[in-house]
Amino acid sequence: MPFIATTDEERAEMLAEIGVERIEDLFLDVPELFRYPPMNLPEPLSELEAIRDLGSLAGANESGEDLSSFIGAGAYHHFSPSVVNFLAGRSEFYSAYTPYQAEVSQGTLQAIFEYQTMIAALTGMDVANASHYDGATATAEAVIMALNMARGRRKRIVLSPTVNAQYREVVRTYTQGMDLDIVGDGDLDNDFHALIDLCNDDTAIVVVQNPDFLGQLHSPAEMQDLANAVHAAGAVLAVAVDLISLGLFTPPGDYGADIVMGEGQSLGNAISFGGPYLGFFAMRQKDVRRSAGRIAGETVDADDNTGYVLTLNTREQHIRRGRATSNICTNQAWNALMASIYLAVMGKHGLRSVAEQCYHKAHYAAARINELDGFEVLGSRPFFKEFVIRCPVDVSDLKDYLLTEWGVLPGYDLTGDYPDLGQCLLVCVTEMNSRQEIDDLVEALTQAASVLTVEVVV
Amino acid sequence: MIEPTVYEISSPGRTGPRLPELDVPEAPLPEGYVRDAEQLPLPELSELDVVRHFVRLSQKNMSIDTNFYPLGSCTMKYNPKVNELTAGLAGFAQIHPLQDTDLVQGAMQLMFELQVYLAEISGFDAVTLQPAAGAQGELAGVLMMRKYHLDRGDNKRKKILVPDSAHGTNPASTTMSGLEVVELPSDDRGNLDLAALKENLDETVVGLMLTNPNTLGLFEEHILEVTRLVHDSGGLVYGDGANLNAIVGICKPAELGIDVMHFNLHKTFSTPHGGGGPGAGPVGVVEKLASFLPGPLVALEAIVDEEPGLPFLAGPLAEEGPTDLHRLVWYTPSKSIGRVRSFAGNFGVLVRAYTYIRMLGAEGLRRVAENAVLNANYLKARLQGEGSYPIAFSDRTCMHEFVAQGILEGASGVHTLDISKRLMDYGFHPPTVYFPLIVKEALMIEPTETESKEALDLFADALIAIAGEARTDPDLLHEAPHQAPVRRLDEVRAARQAIFCRR
Repeated sequence: MPFIATTDEERAEMLAEIGVERIEDLFLDVPELFRYPPMNLPEPLSELEAIRDLGSLAGANESGEDLSSFIGAGAYHHFSPSVVNFLAGRSEFYSAYTPYQAEVSQGTLQAIFEYQTMIAALTGMDVANASHYDGATATAEAVIMALNMARGRRKRIVLSPTVNAQYREVVRTYTQGMDLDIVGDGDLDNDFHALIDLCNDDTAIVVVQNPDFLGQLHSPAEMQDLANAVHAAGAVLAVAVDLISLGLFTPPGDYGADIVMGEGQSLGNAISFGGPYLGFFAMRQKDVRRSAGRIAGETVDADDNTGYVLTLNTREQHIRRGRATSNICTNQAWNALMASIYLAVMGKHGLRSVAEQCYHKAHYAAARINELDGFEVLGSRPFFKEFVIRCPVDVSDLKDYLLTEWGVLPGYDLTGDYPDLGQCLLVCVTEMNSRQEIDDLVEALTQAASVLTVEVVV
Repeated sequence: MIEPTVYEISSPGRTGPRLPELDVPEAPLPEGYVRDAEQLPLPELSELDVVRHFVRLSQKNMSIDTNFYPLGSCTMKYNPKVNELTAGLAGFAQIHPLQDTDLVQGAMQLMFELQVYLAEISGFDAVTLQPAAGAQGELAGVLMMRKYHLDRGDNKRKKILVPDSAHGTNPASTTMSGLEVVELPSDDRGNLDLAALKENLDETVVGLMLTNPNTLGLFEEHILEVTRLVHDSGGLVYGDGANLNAIVGICKPAELGIDVMHFNLHKTFSTPHGGGGPGAGPVGVVEKLASFLPGPLVALEAIVDEEPGLPFLAGPLAEEGPTDLHRLVWYTPSKSIGRVRSFAGNFGVLVRAYTYIRMLGAEGLRRVAENAVLNANYLKARLQGEGSYPIAFSDRTCMHEFVAQGILEGASGVHTLDISKRLMDYGFHPPTVYFPLIVKEALMIEPTETESKEALDLFADALIAIAGEARTDPDLLHEAPHQAPVRRLDEVRAARQAIFCRR
């Protein structure tokens, strides 16, 4: 039997030591009627067969390697240097667990501490925790933290409509039993002024995204004004960000954010069909004790040498139980490790160049698409690596045509999230897209527009 | 040896990998938005600096691949390497979650089959793979129980009953759902106290959260009566699936009366724990709860069309399996509590668990439980036989784990913490300590099925030797560890000083 070391002979010796005759005798507490039920599963596979079978399932997908992709919308194709997987693949990292016993987990703990340090540095905040499940759950935990900061006395949550729709949905799922008043995201026209108008003395938090889900950047001055207004109302400002963009743009810590969170997948983590990802979460030092999730702290050992431990455990469910700030137990430590290695190896200069390439390539693509007849790049704000285009033809027909004829995935159809943005695609361009690919996209769009328009006319 | 941080080994001007030259014209940057490049507070390292740093860090960890790691409740079994290979296949690792479903039918078939296999293993009618961890599956489960009652117009129910031996996540998930926790005691055989259960069951109870086998390592002797009583009062039974490793293939939780349960794929199905995640926490439910599941799930398009309410009840289709004629689509049930995370789930973890289930099959999974329970009982017998360590409920057969106590005769002043730190010197990762809370000086030991008799014997020998040391030279324990990368760490200072970042 695979992965079981005990031989029949040893098993007999062990049963004798226990004092039972047969292994089945160990399960007498299980109601007899329901013991050893039939289980209809496929016949077991050898390793070779498993590799072949899984290989054929994997082969049935069209991956980023086969296609030219301009889909982002919350999950991003970025370059991950070879060392990231190589180092994270050290089995001393991936086959360890939560570092409950600090003395024999210094590798994991120091890696978490360095992750926290680099995330705090990048976001301009005082402290970061050891990760949440993903950007959406980090956003929900930001909302819950704000409720804790208001000691349950404030019940209104203001969400910007340009926060990722999945994040907003998760906020609603998490808080459905809390009797909250969640407002602001029903109308795409709700800009910062409208959000400020929605704040009252019952408001716990305002959540915005920068660059927002549609790729647009809000200036530090505009963000600072928002922060001032939110603080004047006695509420907390949470900003979801793209960490890669912070290689180039002013961090939220510089413009008054209280909580900065979002999706950290971009940092060295595979896109992997949606998971596992990691939510990063950064905050002010004074608020840490109201937050959820693991945190590693620096301390000393009996010889006064520096070491690291998990700390502030009294906030956590294994100690505080029903009064804990959240139920988080397992988080995304291995993904955070990958992000940590990514940031260490890309460093100050590397992250800057990734961010610059995203910016310049996205602007090149947007400019070329905007020149095409019938296509229009929407919005007048600066943007980072994503932008919205309105298409002259039906978006699903356009996508089919580009895929079939060109092997191109041109972007994310916005109709589902924003019915007002019909015929619109969210296009994402990163350092992974070469000029040739962008030129092909432009060519493909031109051709699609003419072919599909002709078909409509005929 | 102290390993400096990435900032301490940083040297101005050093760089890692280069990107290709920018092949498009530069666009002007918006004024007033840009961060000073020189001030970007990240380290500057060469690739080799980074490699040596992280390799050295890795060497400061104990892990399953280097040491016996009997961390109770965490099920630290061996992680087969083939899982890493399959999860890393480009056709899985490089697909975008928002690609059209026609382009990802292979990945969706894997998810569909995994939904079916987990349903078959547990006896449930439907399974969602969305939750990212056991605790998140638990939150989803409690929210579903809550919504089930509300949907029936039954809005008096506000309480969840939780045994005092439960994982801390149970009460925490309850509170997050806006419900009230009522703690129930255990009886003198380590079961849920039936009298206390009866006393608390009324029309205000949403349900009971039960870990079975429980965190004392014991199978609930009255499980059928417990689930019947809860159902009779109109409540639901939540099963904490953390201990499925002990009973996979031995019984199906749904057949015992559990209505909803999460699976910890990283425990029972051998996906690596990664230093504290990622895991995955799929949730299985009986039919009446299926329309509340968080989505998206994977469903057969033909069934969605035919039976829009119940396409996830895919049991009968398990035999046939998806074929070329079966197109798979995303499906969110009609009364769903909503999504609990972005996209469809921790897919990379799902691939690993799927690989494992396919390699073991029904018979292999049954052997997992048998050998996990055999190993635990053997270790328990050895420690009992030599009489050093009291064992909670020692007269009962344990399941895949048991709780010893660090209370050694003739060694007053020695605590579980000291014993666990001394185990490090012998090359073992300590067991879970001080949990469950209801056992004094708890040492919760879970060997798992992948350990050999030889490994168990060495561990038992070490614990017995340490008991001897505790009597003759207690300071050896108080000052332990002596062989670990650092000496004993000051946890109180860490909480008081609160240094979470250092540049």
